[in-house]
Amino acid sequence: MLLRHTPEEVSERKALTINPAKTCQPIGAMYASLGVHGCLPHSHGSQGCCAYHRSTLTRHYKEPIPAGTSSFTEGASVFGGQANLLQAINNIFTVYNPEVVAVHTTCLSETIGDDLPQIKKKAEKEGKLPEGKYMISASTPSYAGSHVTGFASMVKSMAMMAEPTGKKNGKINVIPGWVEPADMEEIKRLTGLIGVKTILFPDTSGVLNGPLSGEYTMFPEGGTTMAELKSTGDSTGTLALGEWCSADAARELDSKHKVPCSVLDMPFGLAATDRFIDALRTLAGVTIPDEIAKERGQLVDMISDMHQYLYGKKVALVGDPDQLIAMTEFLVSLDMKPVHIVTGTPGKKFEKRIREITAEAGFEVNVKAKGDMFLLHQWIKNEPVDVLIGNSYCKYIARDEDVPYVRWGFPILDRQGHQYFPTVGYKGGLRLLEKILGVLLDRLDRDAPEEKFELVL
Amino acid sequence: MATATKEKSVQWEPADIKAKLLEKYPPKVARRRAKQIMINEAQQNETPSLTANVRTIPGIITMRGCTYAGCKGVILGPTRDIVNITHGPIGCGFYSWLTRRNQTDAGADGDNFMPYCFSTDMQEQDIIFGGEKKLAAAIQEAYDLFHPKSIAVFATCPVGLIGDDIHTVTANMKEKLGDCNVYAFSCEGYKGVSQSAGHHIANNQVFRHIVGENDEEKPGKYKINLLGEYNIGGDGFEIDRIFAKCGITCISTFSGNSTYDQFASSHTADLNAVMCHRSINYVADMMETKYGIPWIKVNFIGAKSTAKSLRKIAEYFGEKELIDKVEEVIAEEMPEVEAALADITPRTTGKTAMLFVGGSRAHHYQDLFSEMEMKTISAGYEFAHQDDYEGRQVLPNIKLDADSRNIEELEVTADEKRYKPRKSDKELAALAKKGYRFKDYDGLAPDMDKGTLIIDDLNQYEADKLVELMKPDIFCAGIKEKYSIQKLGVPMKQLHSYDSGGPYAGFKGAINFYKEIDRLVNSKVWGYMKAPWQENPQLSASYNWE
Repeated sequence: MLLRHTPEEVSERKALTINPAKTCQPIGAMYASLGVHGCLPHSHGSQGCCAYHRSTLTRHYKEPIPAGTSSFTEGASVFGGQANLLQAINNIFTVYNPEVVAVHTTCLSETIGDDLPQIKKKAEKEGKLPEGKYMISASTPSYAGSHVTGFASMVKSMAMMAEPTGKKNGKINVIPGWVEPADMEEIKRLTGLIGVKTILFPDTSGVLNGPLSGEYTMFPEGGTTMAELKSTGDSTGTLALGEWCSADAARELDSKHKVPCSVLDMPFGLAATDRFIDALRTLAGVTIPDEIAKERGQLVDMISDMHQYLYGKKVALVGDPDQLIAMTEFLVSLDMKPVHIVTGTPGKKFEKRIREITAEAGFEVNVKAKGDMFLLHQWIKNEPVDVLIGNSYCKYIARDEDVPYVRWGFPILDRQGHQYFPTVGYKGGLRLLEKILGVLLDRLDRDAPEEKFELVL
Repeated sequence: MATATKEKSVQWEPADIKAKLLEKYPPKVARRRAKQIMINEAQQNETPSLTANVRTIPGIITMRGCTYAGCKGVILGPTRDIVNITHGPIGCGFYSWLTRRNQTDAGADGDNFMPYCFSTDMQEQDIIFGGEKKLAAAIQEAYDLFHPKSIAVFATCPVGLIGDDIHTVTANMKEKLGDCNVYAFSCEGYKGVSQSAGHHIANNQVFRHIVGENDEEKPGKYKINLLGEYNIGGDGFEIDRIFAKCGITCISTFSGNSTYDQFASSHTADLNAVMCHRSINYVADMMETKYGIPWIKVNFIGAKSTAKSLRKIAEYFGEKELIDKVEEVIAEEMPEVEAALADITPRTTGKTAMLFVGGSRAHHYQDLFSEMEMKTISAGYEFAHQDDYEGRQVLPNIKLDADSRNIEELEVTADEKRYKPRKSDKELAALAKKGYRFKDYDGLAPDMDKGTLIIDDLNQYEADKLVELMKPDIFCAGIKEKYSIQKLGVPMKQLHSYDSGGPYAGFKGAINFYKEIDRLVNSKVWGYMKAPWQENPQLSASYNWE
């Protein structure tokens, strides 16, 4: 047993987090920044933060993750990091020459109270931030919220770049939230099929799923351009996918520039995708093409074909709030029973939403925001499940408890595919089903006695 | 856009390469970096000629990590039965959770906390009002849940800034709990200039709080400690296999596959064998002063180096039984190594490598490459000091800067009860006369060819530039560097924490490494980068029956 010290009995812990179901804000800000075209993320703190975030994102994507750091030393920590950041900005534009530098803070620079907007002004005044180049910044203290909060803050900073011209651009802003590059690509494919012009931000497709061609460019072709970000203030409306990841940015555009916003769930599974497509339809005033209805029908078809293997199966889930809400709804719609659900990210609304979604389903749900994977494991020991869904750290629980396990979430450090194959939309729903059915049926085959082993399932 | 093509540039002048690396920098940066790039003269100087262990330049994308990573991640991470609690916001604990490939063998029911991550997950109110109470409560909760023999606490950046007195908290908890050794590491990420400061802080506290705690005599002959071996990919298991075969008793490893008790008993060994000089020489020095255990430099990376290190250990003990056994083991292990080399070297001879890793690894792994007839054309460390480049004779002439002076130096004196010289002066003189060298490390520079480039704290820009200009057949560094190099069509091997595979230490490890490098430099994939229509864009129609 790898997690051999985890007892079945759940005892209250007030101070000690064990096996966290979240990480810190800056990595979310770094991931979001990579979805802006020509953008170099920059971590304003000691260099270990940047090294850790780059390493984790690199392991997840198997792609280069460039990012700068202010490399605080003891002196900077005492006297403030302004000199380091000014020097960094100068070096970044001299050596790497990005279009944009996206600076996020860390617990170190937040604790000493560095003021990024003020440092930006100084950089502009001193000519360190060249004409025509941009610096966006987000305050991302690691001691509040989670990686999701940091992502949302940086996305909000993107929305703050909006410069309305007064003339509508006929586009819809879509804020996809923390999803994979493949998901962002899928959202663009769907909106393209429907014929809606969109500004998707951030957009990591084409950045974090690049080809191997013998060439390396620090700033690939993908990403939302600064021109697009500026134009978000002229859009017809905003669809924010995920309350935790995307709502702040959408509300910023709504309150400041009167771009009306709707906050939807992330389009994972049937019902959430239905709502997303329908919201696009009403907002853009378009007719949904048959192609989309066909994709939907295929997902419904697979659900009906394989329902017997899904019905009543218990699931444990761990991940981030927006993803878990949509996934829980999807599982309930399949007549599965998501009985244990944990996120490390705080938010009372999360537990409420999960309880609402599961209320009619007729089973007791254990749900916790600000929870950890130690607790999830204890719940599983007390009430075993048929499937476990979560990031790579779940493999230790899956092995110890011998539970079929689907990798989904962040980070995935030991399998590939998430950067290429979407799980959003109807096609994404098919892939999620394929993955869940795959582990369930593998288990059925593995455990079937010889006389009951079957070819056709 | 950088590109590296498969054709080799015929000739490169190191001075030209150096100039190219520097040309894009702002003048101040260029001046600083120039001092960290050395065209090797392969000489042993008394005064260091390369600058190292200096601040990273803000905004220059560095390979380095922080003090916390060096302390918690590298040194204490591989010890399985200590509950390591990170005191700080959640990130640091999360990122150092199972991300280094330290293997450990706890058996079926031994204590093993390595698959766990423990954190106080400090929140805003802890930053404002202080986190000491939460830390004490977290230690109590960990104790109540697990009853470990030891709990270690690691400080992250904000802890030092808000002034939490973690050492008093841990001392009080140690007293309160009674049967659990609790201590803390002030390894805030902003200290020092790299991971290296964290190694030093870890060495100090392990020495202060654990070494010497268990005087019980361990069974076995030829007792040594292996210092600076972290069991990445099972390296330590292979070294342990060889030791066992030779009859050498390894009392403790710092810190691959280690336990609390190994550290506690390490003062009962008779020799300290140091692998990674950078990360652990402090403990070796302190153990010599306090307990009288001499230390030697060894290297188990490379089959010949392994044989050499085994002979060095045997020569120290000077007993025929061990000397003969070591020769027997070498004779038994080498044929398989030689067979592997005979198979692989025709495909690797003349190929070139670059290594930018660690504080020792960029040196050690050159032995493996040279066994395969590959040439290291450029190398350097991420976090080493000048003595790691040019040898310990430069130590008296290294000028300490403010960043280094801020790291505590323990004052150590001989232990009244336990100090015991392992060799008499006469024995030491006899060994010295035969050329035996204690406490000695020549560094990387003398082992590299004249005219090669030695570069300290290489950054992403310089790495990509070096690959573009010199087109090595393989590049070795860490995870952050891997994919930008590979996008250029050059295979990349991670040598901090291996990307995959291992062990690469010892005899069997050497064979694994030869095979791995053969796989990488001769992989078909590097030939797939261009589609046929890109290789041959002209449209010249011809009928295929002509």
